[in-house]
Amino acid sequence: MTTTTTLPRAPERARPYRGTKVRRQRVRAAWTFLAPMLITLALVAGWPLLRTFYFSLTDGTLSTLGDASFIGLENYLVYDNGAWYGLLTDPLWWRSVWNTVFFAVVSVSLEAVFGVIVALILNAEFRGRMLVRAAVLIPWAIPTIVSAKMWAWMLNDQFGIINHLLMALGLIDSPIAWTASATYSMWAVIMVDVWKTIPFVALLALAAMQMLPRDCYEAAEVDGIHPIKVFFKVTLPLITPALMVAVIFRMLDALRVFDVIYVLTSNASNTMTMSIYARQQLVEFQDVGYGSAASTLLFLIIALATVAYLYVGRKQLQLGGD
Amino acid sequence: MTSRQFRRLATRVGFWVLVAVVLIYAIFPFYYAVITSLKPSSELFTVSYWLDSLDVSNYVTIFSQGSFVRAIFNSILVSISVVAIALLLGVTASYALGRVRFRGRTTVMLVILGVSMFPQVAVLSGLFEVIRGLGLYNNPAGLILSYTIFTLPFTVWVLTTFMKQLPMELEEAAIMDGATPWVTITKVFLPLMWPAMATTGLLAFIAAWNEFLFALTFTLTDSQRTVPVAIALISGGSQHELPWGPIMAASVTVTVPLVILVMIFQRRIVSGLTAGAVKG
Repeated sequence: MTTTTTLPRAPERARPYRGTKVRRQRVRAAWTFLAPMLITLALVAGWPLLRTFYFSLTDGTLSTLGDASFIGLENYLVYDNGAWYGLLTDPLWWRSVWNTVFFAVVSVSLEAVFGVIVALILNAEFRGRMLVRAAVLIPWAIPTIVSAKMWAWMLNDQFGIINHLLMALGLIDSPIAWTASATYSMWAVIMVDVWKTIPFVALLALAAMQMLPRDCYEAAEVDGIHPIKVFFKVTLPLITPALMVAVIFRMLDALRVFDVIYVLTSNASNTMTMSIYARQQLVEFQDVGYGSAASTLLFLIIALATVAYLYVGRKQLQLGGD
Repeated sequence: MTSRQFRRLATRVGFWVLVAVVLIYAIFPFYYAVITSLKPSSELFTVSYWLDSLDVSNYVTIFSQGSFVRAIFNSILVSISVVAIALLLGVTASYALGRVRFRGRTTVMLVILGVSMFPQVAVLSGLFEVIRGLGLYNNPAGLILSYTIFTLPFTVWVLTTFMKQLPMELEEAAIMDGATPWVTITKVFLPLMWPAMATTGLLAFIAAWNEFLFALTFTLTDSQRTVPVAIALISGGSQHELPWGPIMAASVTVTVPLVILVMIFQRRIVSGLTAGAVKG
């Protein structure tokens, strides 16, 4: 979901209360109001995260969570009988890391390009614009599971409409097994994800475009500058900060992708991502220790990306003089 | 016709073609799901782009299964409870974060931002233990609890943004009249917050309605499942005999309410999605 790059500031005028009885009462009330939320977050996020870190250092299984014993870093890496074992030596894990990164980079890039194009269309003034905007939102409103199933049916190798259409157009000779083949399954997954999330990027880009000053465009029109040049010289630089926010959000989302891939291609190694890998170990193989190690690494990777995001976001805002 | 007029005409035609492509791209998959769901199973395997006759047997099939009806009920129960909890905790917390200056405020905001970035898989094993410890495994209540991990940070963040935009004078007047913070929230701010709450509530509802990973992991039996899991687990005799008709009927059934909600509230949703992200 959405959040922001900068922290909202409390109103400046609260200052005069400092040290007064009213102010003390307000601060006490603030913490009282925050407590239920903070306790809930601690229960569903903080504590479980710490437990996951701990489980990753044990040999726990799903049925023996209570009396798992501490085994240090053996789930990650261990030297035994002349060979290295553990998560860091598992080719399937590295395969899923690569798949995740590939999926995230390709799908988010496509979403950014198409999102901006759709936003440009919606930013033009034409009859029925509100209707088109509503229609563009539809993919975003459809549950991920449903969109995965819809596309699975359209991509069905024997009876799917996509193969039917491509064959009717003469683009392919024989039906393609989109979700089963090693070559196409990753692209099928990317295609579905791009379809579903273009609206999000488009709406954020559109909101940024609608806040741009009109006089730049009037000046460009008077000077007879080609619209494509105006786009690259004026629009794109001005919407870049907002676009970056959308892109980084989508990136963090894509790095933890689970449902669309789970429904389309299940646990196939061609499209296995870090989340799929971790859940398979945790739930299907019931190996909580090993699965938690994978979850922990996924968390660290996303945490690194988040820190990078906050750092870049702050830099961007400073550069933008905001 | 001069070349200039011709160019303008070509641009216009090109533009409308582009609009048509975008429209078809956005709508066609859903349209195709709808017509598939209205075909009898005998016609399912011949590709057609429109409907010759109407057949509701797929809908009869899914609604005669008690488990699907039960799943819809579970989804409604879970989503509405999640929205209620997120709004209750969100409004009070956003008052504290949006209206009061205190030490540690920035830290709290950073913690919330951090939690919203959590990959769900990272807390899966720990949360599994918590839910089982509380006796909520295979129970919608366990899902309600676990969904706060992604609805609460988002709700608090957006409501805080709205809350700090409200004029200071309102609150000063309330303080002068001796109102406690609780009274200030419920009597002064709450009436003004309804639009923001409707937006965040709607987004939280959609997020909860669509959630899959926790619902798949923390439930075991058909009677406790939510709709996304129920649809994902509809299966036939083998991988190649998936009952596509009923799957599409179920998909359309759970999507239509969402699409209608989005159509009605599209302005609100757009403002909610962009509230945090662009204005900052």
